[in-house]
Amino acid sequence: MLLEVRDLHAHLQTRWGLVKAVDGVSFSVEAGETLGVVGESGSGKTMTALALLRLLPAPAGRIVKGQVLLEGEDLVTKSEREMRKVRGRRISMILQDPQTSLNPVFNVGNQLVEALRAHRAEGRAALRQRAEEALRGVKVAAPADRLRAFPHQMSGGMKQRVVGAIAIAPEPKLLIADEPTTALDVTIQLQYLMLLKDVQARMGLGMLFITHDFGIVARMCDRVAVMYAGRIVESGPVRELFKSPQHPYTQALMASVPRMEGRVERLPSIDGQPPALHRLPGGCRFAPRCRYAEERCRAEYPPTFTVGSLHEAACWRAAPSQPS
Amino acid sequence: MALDTAPATDVEIVDERRPRDFSRLPWTSFVIITVLVVVAVFAPLIATHSPTEQSLPDKLKPPAWQEGGSTEHVLGTDMLGRDLFSRLVYGARVSLTVAMFALLSGGLIGLAIGIVAGYVGGRTDSVLMRVVDATLTFPTILIALLLAVSLGAGLRTIVLAITVIIWARFARVVRGEVLGVKTRDFVALARVHGCSDLRIMAIHIVPNVMNTFMVLLTLHIGFVIIVEASLSFLGAGIPPPTPSWGQMVADGRSHIASAWWLAALPGAAIMLVVLAFNLFGDWLRDWLDPRLRQV
Repeated sequence: MLLEVRDLHAHLQTRWGLVKAVDGVSFSVEAGETLGVVGESGSGKTMTALALLRLLPAPAGRIVKGQVLLEGEDLVTKSEREMRKVRGRRISMILQDPQTSLNPVFNVGNQLVEALRAHRAEGRAALRQRAEEALRGVKVAAPADRLRAFPHQMSGGMKQRVVGAIAIAPEPKLLIADEPTTALDVTIQLQYLMLLKDVQARMGLGMLFITHDFGIVARMCDRVAVMYAGRIVESGPVRELFKSPQHPYTQALMASVPRMEGRVERLPSIDGQPPALHRLPGGCRFAPRCRYAEERCRAEYPPTFTVGSLHEAACWRAAPSQPS
Repeated sequence: MALDTAPATDVEIVDERRPRDFSRLPWTSFVIITVLVVVAVFAPLIATHSPTEQSLPDKLKPPAWQEGGSTEHVLGTDMLGRDLFSRLVYGARVSLTVAMFALLSGGLIGLAIGIVAGYVGGRTDSVLMRVVDATLTFPTILIALLLAVSLGAGLRTIVLAITVIIWARFARVVRGEVLGVKTRDFVALARVHGCSDLRIMAIHIVPNVMNTFMVLLTLHIGFVIIVEASLSFLGAGIPPPTPSWGQMVADGRSHIASAWWLAALPGAAIMLVVLAFNLFGDWLRDWLDPRLRQV
């Protein structure tokens, strides 16, 4: 197992009170596998990713409980110094906005070399060579010339490729992609996703793919975890989860994705707002917006029920019917 | 999928040279600044007399173009018979030296504190910025006078006094700029890549606030020259007989009715130089801002 997260709790101390941004999350990622993490804004997707890297906003955020096992080693107990060797080298990350992901005052070559230098004691020429390789790896045309280009001379898609090259140049084991295509044109999105898949297959990379787009999940991921208000409400293999979503939240999310077939007058949407994370309702957090909510949902948070092979859902409706 | 194998093509990388439009350069300030620097550096070659040599028989000679003036003393002499032109030339040296040292020390201290305050944030930021606020509430000249009186007049005191005043202005502006830079994703990604805070500040933050810093520097040269002149005018600056423009204005004040040139010429020199540096600073700010450059 490449990455195993067990019962992770990460809290943020804000001026409105304690925010349980990640509240008991467990999942795992195998080498070469992609786990999609889906959810609305503020559901804790990005905070989960930052918690893995121990980069929660300081001093407000901290991990209060749980384990993050990377190849069996617990990252939660590591010192800051040890973590610095993990970051970049073993876990890397791509962020959403290519416009600000690159430092405008340095050319591409310098930024790649800078990322590599932290992990490799090699001469400048050798690093330069590696930087060129990295650009070739993300299918940038004329990589040698491109090393001298500055960020403002490139298109958004090209910049995001460079960001990808920087992320994978140190040959990490796990790549966290936080909505990597959200800021790209639709036509470029597909190219970029295919590129990521290609790189992943070549390097045997484990990938944690954060997105709010079910279309991308279907294309990219092997398994999915749906997050709501800091918890995973449903997880399972992509096919199965798409075929029979169990949690009402997952169902509602899928219903709100526009489809090509058939005419749709109006897209269904989910009523209400996600709960404020510092004032969570007791019981199931989705209950106030859930059309199936019953007395029990409001009183008690449902345990996670197994509903299929590797398919789990945290909803009372998924409970195996008990003989009464 | 055909898309995934196609190498991404992009627009050609254009070697983006600055447009060569000479008419937009601030020629007036360039000329004045160049003249000032040349004069300061080559003062001994340019001055016609020693700036400190007195000659009482020649005292209060008017400039050459006035009645009673001679080409021996182009800009006339002061009440001790010292050549005004030579004193102005050497005075440029004092002004520039003070400006250079004071800006270097004050600017660098301000840059460092601004970067730390902006980047670290939280309590460190609050404390540092309150110190900046406190510093800025002191009247500039008063604090400089205080220092000059307690430490004794001299070049070192002036530089120290100006440093004490000016670092806060740099710190405040730089901090604001850092707040903007540090939220950008490349800083977050640097952290993801295992960069230490110190390295992030040095590699990612400093180069991104350099433009602002350079503009601040040029815009403050004029300010520093004025402060130095004011201090010298008040007698707390460079001690005589070393010529300084502010002190020359002060000395000439009592003779303003009979020998106007003694106060007017150094005053004009201060004005021209400060104006030149300010215009240059304005131009630099626009030139370094890519959004304004196209217009």
